Amino acid sequence: MKLQNAEKKKIFRQNLEKSYSLLWFVLPGAILLFLFNYMPMGGLIIAFQDYKIGKGMLASEWVGLQNFIDVFTGMDFFPVLKNTIVISFLKIICGFPAPIILALCLNEVRGKVFKSTVQTISYLPHFFSWVVLGGIIMMLFSTTGPINYILKLFGLDESIVFFGDGTFFIIMLIVTNIMQSVGWSAIIYMAAISGVDNSIIEAARIDGAGRFRQVMHVIIPSIIPTIITTLILNMGGILNAGFDQILNLYNPMVYDVADIIDTYVLRKLEAMDYSMGTAVGLFKSVVSMIFVLGTNYITKKMSDDELGIM
Amino acid sequence: MNRLSTGEKIFQIFNYIFLTLLAICCLYPFLYTLTISLSTAAEAAKSGFHIYPKEISLEAYKVVLSNESLGIAYLNTIGRTVIGTVLALVVTTLYAYALSRRQMPCKKFFTMYLLFTMLFSGGTIPTYLIIKNLGLLDNRLVYILPSAISAYNVIIARSFFISIPESLHESALLDGASEFKIFSNIYIPLAKPVVMTLLLWIAVGHWNAWYDSMIYITDNSKIVVQLLLQRMVQQSQATVVNTGAEGTIGGSTVMPVTIRSATIMAAILPILAVYPFIQKYFMSGIMLGAVKG
Repeated sequence: MKLQNAEKKKIFRQNLEKSYSLLWFVLPGAILLFLFNYMPMGGLIIAFQDYKIGKGMLASEWVGLQNFIDVFTGMDFFPVLKNTIVISFLKIICGFPAPIILALCLNEVRGKVFKSTVQTISYLPHFFSWVVLGGIIMMLFSTTGPINYILKLFGLDESIVFFGDGTFFIIMLIVTNIMQSVGWSAIIYMAAISGVDNSIIEAARIDGAGRFRQVMHVIIPSIIPTIITTLILNMGGILNAGFDQILNLYNPMVYDVADIIDTYVLRKLEAMDYSMGTAVGLFKSVVSMIFVLGTNYITKKMSDDELGIM
Repeated sequence: MNRLSTGEKIFQIFNYIFLTLLAICCLYPFLYTLTISLSTAAEAAKSGFHIYPKEISLEAYKVVLSNESLGIAYLNTIGRTVIGTVLALVVTTLYAYALSRRQMPCKKFFTMYLLFTMLFSGGTIPTYLIIKNLGLLDNRLVYILPSAISAYNVIIARSFFISIPESLHESALLDGASEFKIFSNIYIPLAKPVVMTLLLWIAVGHWNAWYDSMIYITDNSKIVVQLLLQRMVQQSQATVVNTGAEGTIGGSTVMPVTIRSATIMAAILPILAVYPFIQKYFMSGIMLGAVKG
């Protein structure tokens, strides 16, 4: 017994001794995180300064909350905030259920080849940047493009100017956003569905449940944890609204509905209005964090700690 | 196979139609772009579905391939993809390996240090100012350094390393192998599936990246393909918005829409070419992530 303990201690000490070399492993990553993630967080102090390039971050004059007061009492920020929330909300309402429905539909397909072909094709758009997709979408939705061509076949008299009309522009954003992400997002639900216990489905079937009721009462309840986790992670993007997509599609004619926080910050950067832009950016980061932690907290409370990500 | 009721049969039919339509919707935009890029200018200007080119013309590709700035941009993209991916893989797997070891000192701290970056960020402008202060503006290093580590990728690699039996590690330690030897000779070969997945994810990310090039680079000889394409598209869109019609470039007979399509094809061809062969790795990768989630 004693010997065993001594041996254990020796191995333990050996492990401990060895372990310090592991610090070298995290060093490159830790330095990069410090430089490009933590230093910018420190840089957030300029939101409370009247930042001047010549003076730098440390010597610029402190102004307290003045930048935030300017942002929230100014005329140009509220339309931007409203646009961001509207687009984001519509994207979650229309875009969140789409991959779940797709996964459920794919699950009903019995032909394996058909299923995997549809799946492979459906996540193709995910692998292209919004620069590429934006270029293609501009052609598809142009006044002489195929979308208008189809609409005319169905009896529309005049072409829809998707890039000139706010409402149609938003509809286009939401539709193309679903096209880009639905296949990829469905993967995680497919995985969850394949993990559902077959014996429960079998039991439901023997009890006389048709396929529709098996889906409603067995499969969907079983994948609720996955749905909740994805929803929590999506909530963090509530003020994102899809910067890549919008920047590559919008134009001055639809600024009144499509100008979002990120494009606003980008303009402030281009105008070298650094302090104001940083104040808006900080507001966005804090709101996102509150949304993730808040949704997570509520879900945990409601499910007695069974659901949630942290 | 169970017998289907009438209602279920009808559902099956609609389901197949629905999924076929979805697949067409995902594939058609690329087919359309390919067709336009191969069409003559006059044909491309006509309204229609453009499923195949009525008259094949390589005019647009000639213009695109003779464009010198595209060649330079292509080299920049290839360079950042190769070097950036290798660097990111090394940094990511090293960090993930350390976090997967029980013997890691300050393990909690380094985990939180990593995860916090998922929750909170400095945002666009402070990041820009820091990169400026570090002297990385107009420097190609800006393509590969900031993106070299992402918390999500580290977590995926870490969960895979954890799933490798601890006894392997212990016996190698007793045989006198150093941590680095264990990492490079035992763990990395075993973690091939996750390394492949990360490699592809990161490489595609680099190939598609344009934002860093737009913000941090002003020197035209250092920009990437995606940014060049973005400038072309936006120029032509400005023409459409201002004049209400597609214009011609410098009186040349080739319509910009065919050139734009050809440039888009040039930018996505490498991904399209390898996509059928690598897509299963992408799949397995997201499953690895899902296990943790």
